[in-house]
Amino acid sequence: MTIAAAPVPADLRAPTRQPASRRRRGRGALQPVVAVLATLALLGVPFWLVVSTASKSQAEAFDPDLSPPGSWQLLTNVREVVTDGDMVRAFFGSVLVVAPSVFLVLVLGSMASWVLARRGGRGMAVVYALMISGIVLPPAVVTIVLLLRQLGLAGTPTGMVGVYTGMYLSTVVFFVTGFIRTVPHELEEAARVDGAGPVRVFFTVILPLLTPVLSTATILIVLYIWNDVFYALFVLGGQLDTLPLNLFRVASAGLYLQNWHLIFAYVIVMSLPLLLTFVIAQRKIISGITGGAVK
Amino acid sequence: MTMTDLRERPRLDGGDQPPAAPRGKRRRRSDHPLWFLAPALVVVFVFFFLPTLSNFFYALTDWSSFKSEISFVGTDNLTALFDNGTLLDALRVTVVYAVLVAVFQNLFGLVLALLLERDNRLNRVCRVLFFIPVIMSALAVGYVFQALLKPDGGLNQALGFLSGTEVQIAWLGNTTWTIVVVALIHAWKWMGLSMLIYLAGLKTINEDVLEAARLDGATWWDTFRRIRFPLLAPAVTFNFATALLGSMNGFDVVQATTEGGPGGTTELLNIFIFRTFGQGLFAQATTMSLVLFVTVTLMAVPVIWYLRKREDVL
Repeated sequence: MTIAAAPVPADLRAPTRQPASRRRRGRGALQPVVAVLATLALLGVPFWLVVSTASKSQAEAFDPDLSPPGSWQLLTNVREVVTDGDMVRAFFGSVLVVAPSVFLVLVLGSMASWVLARRGGRGMAVVYALMISGIVLPPAVVTIVLLLRQLGLAGTPTGMVGVYTGMYLSTVVFFVTGFIRTVPHELEEAARVDGAGPVRVFFTVILPLLTPVLSTATILIVLYIWNDVFYALFVLGGQLDTLPLNLFRVASAGLYLQNWHLIFAYVIVMSLPLLLTFVIAQRKIISGITGGAVK
Repeated sequence: MTMTDLRERPRLDGGDQPPAAPRGKRRRRSDHPLWFLAPALVVVFVFFFLPTLSNFFYALTDWSSFKSEISFVGTDNLTALFDNGTLLDALRVTVVYAVLVAVFQNLFGLVLALLLERDNRLNRVCRVLFFIPVIMSALAVGYVFQALLKPDGGLNQALGFLSGTEVQIAWLGNTTWTIVVVALIHAWKWMGLSMLIYLAGLKTINEDVLEAARLDGATWWDTFRRIRFPLLAPAVTFNFATALLGSMNGFDVVQATTEGGPGGTTELLNIFIFRTFGQGLFAQATTMSLVLFVTVTLMAVPVIWYLRKREDVL
């Protein structure tokens, strides 16, 4: 552990402290072993189960266990879920709700946050509190469906986008308002002196500064929406397919019952877009999240 | 975006600004026009607050898919769900689940953060790997563990291999312990996020303070218990509050592993809502949705207040 990272010159240590330092060094040598074992036990076992089962034949995968497949047929299984499992349509369904939701949440959220961060007063404090309350308060999912029916939006991508936007604006406003408060007023003033109106000030001065906080918010919101099945079950109700909805349907339907090789092949394909994004941008993503949440 | 922002109220008219003359103030206000706020406010009002408000009304009606008219029935739904025990059962299951998830997720996250704290290549790789469950769909995670925890599944197979005897534990079929198992799965999915936040918290601690403690002969455990853990308070607040209140709204993991079983012992409020909604019993679903909303609201205030007070003491 990092305790050993800044060694004290040996002559500064009283002899009585020697055992403690030896213990520390012992722990330092043990750490990589423990880290590898923990990773293997906690992640290796479930991940191996997914990959090995997804590579088995139907008969072999009937009772999923940790044995390796007799012959690896991952690609055959993947091809089967992509074509027979309707994954392509579900993928575009997911994109159709995720992309507009994320775009709206970021733009509307940043605009609102700018005003909330810069204007003062009790009224703004109340509006801010209401806007961020959605972070902890659960949406009223049943009456959302009722409302969408009355608006004629039930089962439509528009309705789903509205629901996601209403839910996750709270997260964006919380993150971005905090960030804008740390941006000096002088940056805006300079543009204003040059004659820029609020629209230009916001889009040319403020919005570009928000890149780091908006990328963090994007990651979190894409994670939530891409993987959401609960609200999609209520709102879309089978009229539009998304990847998690499709997984839910095929995993609970008779067609796939006990077809673990196909379920896990589906899980792998479905996780790939986020997994690839994460692997490519992991350094940025991790520093974005850790830099953002706690200082 | 830092935790302290949770505490901050929007400043009362920027401290850097002189008590301006009315004209100057008016100019300043038009610099940040209210219409920038309007679109977000409209969306949140229509898609979040309106359903929440109407939830209070529809919970008092007999709305269902079997009738064309909706009539007012007062608190009948609530008393019916209370009298047959469903309400308290689902509420108890949900709160137990949320508390267990919050405890496990924070415990695992903190231990992983301490384990992988030092910046070297191995630890960086491990951190990335532990973040993979976070980006996976919770539903998919549920199916993975459903397969892993079958009586003749992978976990029992591994335990049997290690112990040398055949193991046949029904991890997901126990009316007492399965709730703990599903909470562990939920915590497993999110522990990578808690770990990252704890790592960020640990990084902010001044190395000189720790060095001074070490020179005074403090052991690793002493410095952790007396210095580092107390200084992690903001990270604890964030992690604990989001895990607790977020898993009150849990659904995916439990639906994919037990669907609320065995014998309803893992039936969270959201599972109940989904099931009754599917059966066309909209009034019952709405009533439970209201129960969930009120419970989370009542929990959020004292939980966040207590955790912040805990930060202040330090």
